[in-house]
Amino acid sequence: MRRLQVLLCSGSACQSAGALELKKALVEAIAELGLTEEVQLVETGCMGPCELGPIVLVYPEGAYYVRVKPEDAREIAEEHFLKGRPVRRLLWAGPAPEPRTIPFFARQRKVVLANCGQIDPERIEEYIAVGGYEALAKVLTQMTPEAVIAEVTRAGLRGRGGAGFPTGKKWQAVREAPGRPKYVVCNGDEGDPGAFMDRAVLEGDPHSVLEGMAIAAYAVGAEKGYIYVRAEYPLAVKRLEVAIAQARKLGLLGPRIFDTDFSFDVELRMGAGAFVCGEETALIASIEGKRGEPRPRPPYPATSGLFGKPTLINNVETFANIRHIILQGADWFSQMGTATSKGTKVFALAGQVRNTGLVEVPMGITLRELIFDIGGGVPEGRKFKAVQIGGPSGGCLPESLLDVPIDYESLKQYGAIMGSGGVIVLDDSSCMVNVAKFFLEFTADESCGKCVPCRVGLRIMLGILERIVRGEGNEGDLSRLEELGKLIQTTSLCGLGQTAPNPVLSTLRYFRDEYLAHIRDKACPAGVCPDLIHYEVQPDLCRACDLCRRACPTGAAQGIPRHPPYRIVQELCIRCGACLEACPFGAVVKLPGRKG
Amino acid sequence: MTVDKKGLLEKFPRSPDVLLALLHELQRANPQNYLTPEDLALAAEHLGLPLSRVRDAVTFYTMFSLRPRGKHIIRVCDSPNCHLFGAWSVVEEIKEFLGIEVGETTPDGLFTLELTSCLGACGVAPVMMVDDEVFGNLRPERVREILRRFKGEG
Repeated sequence: MRRLQVLLCSGSACQSAGALELKKALVEAIAELGLTEEVQLVETGCMGPCELGPIVLVYPEGAYYVRVKPEDAREIAEEHFLKGRPVRRLLWAGPAPEPRTIPFFARQRKVVLANCGQIDPERIEEYIAVGGYEALAKVLTQMTPEAVIAEVTRAGLRGRGGAGFPTGKKWQAVREAPGRPKYVVCNGDEGDPGAFMDRAVLEGDPHSVLEGMAIAAYAVGAEKGYIYVRAEYPLAVKRLEVAIAQARKLGLLGPRIFDTDFSFDVELRMGAGAFVCGEETALIASIEGKRGEPRPRPPYPATSGLFGKPTLINNVETFANIRHIILQGADWFSQMGTATSKGTKVFALAGQVRNTGLVEVPMGITLRELIFDIGGGVPEGRKFKAVQIGGPSGGCLPESLLDVPIDYESLKQYGAIMGSGGVIVLDDSSCMVNVAKFFLEFTADESCGKCVPCRVGLRIMLGILERIVRGEGNEGDLSRLEELGKLIQTTSLCGLGQTAPNPVLSTLRYFRDEYLAHIRDKACPAGVCPDLIHYEVQPDLCRACDLCRRACPTGAAQGIPRHPPYRIVQELCIRCGACLEACPFGAVVKLPGRKG
Repeated sequence: MTVDKKGLLEKFPRSPDVLLALLHELQRANPQNYLTPEDLALAAEHLGLPLSRVRDAVTFYTMFSLRPRGKHIIRVCDSPNCHLFGAWSVVEEIKEFLGIEVGETTPDGLFTLELTSCLGACGVAPVMMVDDEVFGNLRPERVREILRRFKGEG
C-alpha cells in the first residue's frame, strides 16, 4: 500500500541546487526505515518557485518543503514519513500549508504548467493517467481537421513565442498552402535571457508538446515534425528523447495512430549556440544544417518553410496549450484573459524580487499583481525601480506603469513586448543606462551580421552608450540614439534587429533623467557606472582601523592607524570598491558623481 | 581513431540536414572537445557537401570549436539576470582558481573556461554549466568545491 506520495522537483534549477543528491539521501533513508513499500518517490518537472529549491512536496497532506538539503532527508523520513509529524522548520510558510494557500500559488492559474511538478516526465503512463493523449484521440476519431482549426481559432490562442500571431490563422494558412509534404516545427530555441518557461515545459511535461504537435499535424496535413531545442538545455533534450521513444513504443507517434489513417513522427534537432536561431526562418535554416541566418519574409514558412515546403512553426508553450483547448473547449479557454489576449501566460520572474521562478497567470492581470502579489515585491530595504519585460527585445517600464494589464497590445503600447515572458525586476541599485547598454551588448553580439541596420546600427548605438557611461556623452547623443533606434526597428531584416533597440528606447522614454545625469552631471545616480562615482570616508564614522588602506590596491586610501579620519585621494582612486567592502564600520560610502 | 569515427558516421543518414547533429557527435568523440580539420573533411564527405559549406556552419555556431579545448568545459552564464547576481565574481573566482582567462584551457588540459548566454535557470542565479551539469546559487566556496570535484574525477 502506498501511503505517501513524495514529489521531488528535479527541474534544472532544483538539480543545480542539489536535488539529485537529495534524492539519493531520501531513497536511502526511506529504505533504512523499511518504508519502501509505503512511500512512493516521484521525480517531477519544475514546480515554480526556483529560488527555494530543492523542493519536496508530500501528499496527501500537501506539505511543501523548501531548500531541503541531503542532510535533512533522514529527519523528514523519520519524523514525517514514519511518525506522521511534518518537519516544521523546513516547511514553506509555517505549519503544513496547502500549496494553494501560499500567496505565490493563490493567484496563479495553471494550464500549461498543470502537470509540471505533478507527474514524472520520464513515464508516459503518468501523463496518460492525467488525461494525456485524450485530446489527440478525440481529434483523430471525432473531429475533422477543419473543425480542429476552427476550435483553435475560436479559442483566440496567439503565439506564445513573443509576436502573438493568431495560432488558428497560422494553421489555416499552412492547411491551405499548396505543396507536399508539409512539416510541423516546434520552436524550443528559448534564447531570451531571463525566460525559462519552455525549458520547464520540455523538462516537466514533454508529452504535452508532442501531443500538441500531433494535433497540429493532423489539422494542417503534415506527417513529419521537428522539435528544435537549444544545446544549452541538455536535460530537456534527454527528456524529449525519452518521451519520443515512449510515445513511439505505444503507437502514439508513428504510422496509423489510434488505428486511423493519420501517421505522424517527430525528430529532435539540437542547436549549437546561436540566439538568432529562435527567429523562425533562421531556425529553419539551422534544421536544414546551415548557418542559422534569417531570410526576408514573405514567403512565410506557411507557404515555403523547411526544405521549401509549407511549414507550421509554433512555440513550445503554444503547442502545450492545444490539448486543453481541444478537451475543455474554445469557450472555456477564451473566458480567461482580455478581449484580444486569451488564456494564460507563463512568466519567468527573476531579478530583485522575493519569489523568483515560473508563474502562470491569466492574461490581463497587472504588472503590480504579478510582481508584488505573486512575486512578493523587492527584498527588504530596497525600492522598486523598473521591470524589464520581454528580454533583450523588450522594454523597461517604470513604477507609474505597474497597473498596466499584461496583454500583447497594452505592453506594446508602452514600449515593451510580451516576448517570451521573461520578467526581470530591477530595484534602485540598478542603473538604467547600464541595463540598456547590457541588453544592447547582448543583441549586438548575437546579430548574425546579414543585414546592415542590425550589424552596424547596433554597434553604433552601443558605442554611444559606452561613451555616456564613461561620462563622455553629450546631449545630442539622446536624439541620435532615438533616431538610430527607430531606423533599426524599421529597416532590420528579422525580429532580432527590429526589437533590439527597445531596451534603449524605453529607458530613454521613462528614465531620461538618468541619462541626463550621466551626461550633464557626470554622475551615475545608482552608483553603478565606475567612471561616474567616487568614494569618500565619513570622518565621524571612521575608527582608523587601517583595513581600507590595506585593501586599497592603488594607495588611494590613506591615514595613520588610530588617528581618524582616513581619507581617499581621488586622483589615485580607481573606484574598485575594495575599501567599501573592507570597512567594518560603514564609514566608506559610494557617491554619485566624478571626483578627481 | 579514424576507424572509430567512420563507424560513428554510419549512424547518420547521408542527408545534409543532419550536419549539426553529426558535428556535435564528432566533437564529443574527441577528448579535446573540438573539431579537427580531419573531422570537417569526414563530415563533408559523408554528407556529400563541399568543405566550405561545413566550415561555414561550424564557424557560425558558438558551441563548435576549431581549437583544442579541455576535457571539461565550464560555461558561466553572463546574461543580464546572472550578471545582476554577480556572475563576474564567479568568473573571477574560476580564473583565479584555475589560473586561466576566459577562452583559455588549463595546461593539464582538464578545463576550458567559456561564457554562455542564458542557461534558463535564472531563479538560481548566478549559474554555470560544467559539461552537461548545471550548478546554481554559486558562491566562491561552492565554485571551488565543484571544480575540485571535477578535478578529483580527472
